[in-house]
Amino acid sequence: MADQNSSLSHLDLETPEKPFLDANELVINMGPQHPATHGVLRVILRLDGEKVLGLECVIGYLHRGVEKIGEHRTYTMFNPYVDRMDYVAAVSNGLGYCETVEKLLNVEAPPRAQYVRVILTELNRIASHQLWLGTHALDIGAITPLFYTFRDREEILKIYEKYCGARLTTHAFRIGGLQYETYAGFEKDVTNFLDFFRPKIDEYEELLTTNRIWVERTKNVGNISAQDCIALGVTGPVLRASGVKWDLRKAQPYANYKNFDFDIPIGQNGDTYDRYLVRMGEMRQSVRIVQQAINGLPEGPIMAKVPKVMKPAVGEVYHSIEAPKGELGYFIVSDGSTQPYRVRVRPPSFVNLQALDVMCRGQLVADVIAVIGTLDIVLGEVDR
Amino acid sequence: MVAKLRNSYGSGMEPLTYAGQNYMVVDRTLIPEILQVLRNQEQFDYCVDITAVHYPKREKQFDVLWILYSYARNERIRVTTQIRDGESIPSSVPIWTGANWLEREVYDMFGIKFDGHPDMKRILLPDGWKGHPLRKDYGILQQDNEWVQINLGIESGQ
Repeated sequence: MADQNSSLSHLDLETPEKPFLDANELVINMGPQHPATHGVLRVILRLDGEKVLGLECVIGYLHRGVEKIGEHRTYTMFNPYVDRMDYVAAVSNGLGYCETVEKLLNVEAPPRAQYVRVILTELNRIASHQLWLGTHALDIGAITPLFYTFRDREEILKIYEKYCGARLTTHAFRIGGLQYETYAGFEKDVTNFLDFFRPKIDEYEELLTTNRIWVERTKNVGNISAQDCIALGVTGPVLRASGVKWDLRKAQPYANYKNFDFDIPIGQNGDTYDRYLVRMGEMRQSVRIVQQAINGLPEGPIMAKVPKVMKPAVGEVYHSIEAPKGELGYFIVSDGSTQPYRVRVRPPSFVNLQALDVMCRGQLVADVIAVIGTLDIVLGEVDR
Repeated sequence: MVAKLRNSYGSGMEPLTYAGQNYMVVDRTLIPEILQVLRNQEQFDYCVDITAVHYPKREKQFDVLWILYSYARNERIRVTTQIRDGESIPSSVPIWTGANWLEREVYDMFGIKFDGHPDMKRILLPDGWKGHPLRKDYGILQQDNEWVQINLGIESGQ
């Protein structure tokens, strides 16, 4: 845990750094259409030679007004919309939204539904980290991991497709539980996937962990301290790689996470390499959680008693979950009608992206690409 | 903690609980002092979110709220204050660096200005856009037609 009383003066973003070459400052534009910005992110870089003095992010290219749409749809109708924010982790978005509305309605999903939710959400975490690993490695110059991760991610998407018919924007959960019972052979499919996937993580690691080019490109690149992470509100693997052992699944357990035994992988240096190791560790832990959930999958109903027309009592609730990118929160205000009065989404990518400036200062231009990749942002969620 | 705050601020602060979640409604004049106290003395070192809610029928039209979390206490709290339309509010960027973008988004969506913010401008919508979409009087299909015509060269974005 970081020093709680430290001052924030080390984060003084206004102090210009002394140029190390006798050159004038150069301002260049990167994006919004750039393959390594993982969507439409525009970054304005201030450079001294190849060294980054500072940068500014310009976002909003994918803004669709999701929060406004939420005020004009019923609670049930808004459920599929949340999948479109972090579209590589749609299941997590749905879990956060459904649980928040359940809190407002004061209902709880039955145990079987919660177990299935945990299975699908953790598989989604693996899928999200796989996509991150493939694209991040591709940005840095390693092409092979992309093929490996996408090949294996396909197996997860197949399970989703069999379960609910969709692969990416799944709309897997309903307020109060699940709409669909698991299909015949669901447990077997998931177990088969876990057996298939365990050695694959080692395979990814063989490609990268001791690969000299990978280590050179990621060690001591984009360092961020635990204090800076906390001051900036950064969460998820980025925070954990800086040495803070904090995961909402442990700190404030939701769904059924308190029943599962798993560790929180952490790093020490807060650099790109540590963040890579943390996410690799998280995939292994997700495998452990899914295995436990499959072994203990209880029988019973999958839907709680929820009114057809949902009219939660007047009040406001904030609930958050540990999404693959960090803390994903929903703040919903109910005025007693069938539509939410206000839906606020606290997107982890948006808040984490703010750290890009701090992480890139003093690095080279090529490292900006590595740092954008390691932050694991999804612009659909940043812009909403 | 609540008792301590109650002692120092009296009626300016009202602690409430809904669905097991603690929040407090505080007077506009106590911002940012109470946030400073929560950050420095009560260890709420992580500013989770800053957002607002628009109630056009009320005299004080806006709820501005801070969602805070303390790593040391593993506790969440919400601080809510009410302001009139056009009124500004002190920025909390000096307290939590991460408040920067969150406050810009509140400005973008509601038109609430934060005093002392280092870079008070829009974040999601383009700089020249007119209107603040999350106000209740802003229609769901409404857009800044002039901006769309000039910048995108099309009649309408609909």
